[in-house]
Amino acid sequence: MLSVFFYLFSTIAVLSAIMVIIAKNPVHSVFFLILTFFNATGLFILMGAEFLAMLLLVVYVGAVAVLFLFVIMMLNIDFNSLRTGMIKNAPLGLLIGAILLGEIIFSYVGMRYGVAGTPGNELFVVLSKVENTRAIGNVIYTDYIYLFQCAGLILLVAMVGAIVLTHRKRENVKKQDAVKQTLRNKSDSIDINEVEIGKGVNNV
Amino acid sequence: MLDIFLNDNFISFILILLKIIALVVPLLVIVAFLTYAERKVIASVQLRKGPNVVGPFGLLQPLADGLKLFSKETIFPTVSNKIVFLLAPMIAFSLSIAAWAVIPLADGWVISNINVGILYLFAISSLSVYGIIMAGWASNSKYAFMGALRSAAQMVSYEVSIGLVIVTVLVCVGSLNLSDIVYAQKSVWYVFPLFPMFVVFFISALAETNRAPFDLPEDESSLVGGYFTEYSSMLFAMFFLGEYAAMIMMSGMATILFLGGWLPPFNITILNDIPGFIWFAGKTSLMLFTFLWVRATFPRFRYDQLMRIGWKVFLPFSLLWVVLTSGFLIIFDLLPASI
Repeated sequence: MLSVFFYLFSTIAVLSAIMVIIAKNPVHSVFFLILTFFNATGLFILMGAEFLAMLLLVVYVGAVAVLFLFVIMMLNIDFNSLRTGMIKNAPLGLLIGAILLGEIIFSYVGMRYGVAGTPGNELFVVLSKVENTRAIGNVIYTDYIYLFQCAGLILLVAMVGAIVLTHRKRENVKKQDAVKQTLRNKSDSIDINEVEIGKGVNNV
Repeated sequence: MLDIFLNDNFISFILILLKIIALVVPLLVIVAFLTYAERKVIASVQLRKGPNVVGPFGLLQPLADGLKLFSKETIFPTVSNKIVFLLAPMIAFSLSIAAWAVIPLADGWVISNINVGILYLFAISSLSVYGIIMAGWASNSKYAFMGALRSAAQMVSYEVSIGLVIVTVLVCVGSLNLSDIVYAQKSVWYVFPLFPMFVVFFISALAETNRAPFDLPEDESSLVGGYFTEYSSMLFAMFFLGEYAAMIMMSGMATILFLGGWLPPFNITILNDIPGFIWFAGKTSLMLFTFLWVRATFPRFRYDQLMRIGWKVFLPFSLLWVVLTSGFLIIFDLLPASI
């Protein structure tokens, strides 16, 4: 039964990953990307890594892909010009693909033959004892706390950097200040003047 | 070949299927009558009678509405993206139903008692933005697109504060399982020690389900109908049902996180004899009534005000409460012991 689901999820994942690249409409590409993430979630659940599966859904599908959609729907990018560099960029893509494949093989070998010190091996042992949310927490917040915090700081810097780059001071923008509004009272906003007939008001 | 179907797997499969039907059918009926309840509650607030013609007290009104929508023509705008246009309401509807798989209605009354139940709920509610954004894009209409963009930005923003509220509760519970969260409230419901978080959660839930006073995505006065401007007939009905099912889901989530789920308010024999399901339904109905009450009472927010509250008030406030709660638990050594 499990293998049926495995082949179902992985087939759809691979097919939709291909569709991400070949779909004509970029918005469709993003939808297929979401489908790929979704099926990866299914594969994680089959492996018993339900925490990672849910994180993948919340972070990638729920937030990152929404931002992708935003950008692609709102910016008027000429996608035909982006599409022309296929042959030129192919070697780089193949290189990245080869590195990723190498890493997968490396971690598989580490897990299969129990090479000492590979992270995969440690996790594999821990997972059988406790539920995996706890297992991940135990590893991340003890052994790898500095690396984990470092990753967090890098993300923070990236976020601040993005805001600094895009933020600009705009002139003539009327902004609502809720605190100022609620602190206003009658005495400092209304002024009653006795206006003499024929003279008008001068000092307003 | 027949043996395959008659083994234990097959029987458990049938059982799960029956459980799903036993959950989804009443849920849809409740959703239908929630629309009736909404009209009645708002009518009472505005000193009107509300629907009172179809059936006794107008009780058959939702059926009549359903029948009317069913008999209408499904219109596809000529320049729309047909497949995505069709998929969007289905996604919105099925997601709001799928969330119910992990909600414990009473002790042990749950279809799938998974370890990461609360994360599953959180993930589903963050996915529901896709139904809306797909609808807005596929309609190829300005109103629908503006509505979808507003809605997506709003839901993504308020998810952050909902996430932090959930973290506060989880720090007190020490488990992501929804039943464990309810068990942890045996002595005291979290609404009392974490009352400010309950308020933040409730307001964020209003924004997350696009309900008044945050119903900007379907702001009639400026956007016609928002993301479902171009929808008609059953496709429109699916959005409608999805929205109400999401409302019930958020109320159920508030019940589980803060109001002690199926637990009675006091640990007395008489109260314990009432089935847990009744308690759960009662608390959820109370939350739903508050949803409707808010809609009848408050005017709609302006969009920049909505964003200001989400990012500049709720986010820092709930982050502060996460720190305070965990600090309190550590100082007084009250952290859940199972670690």
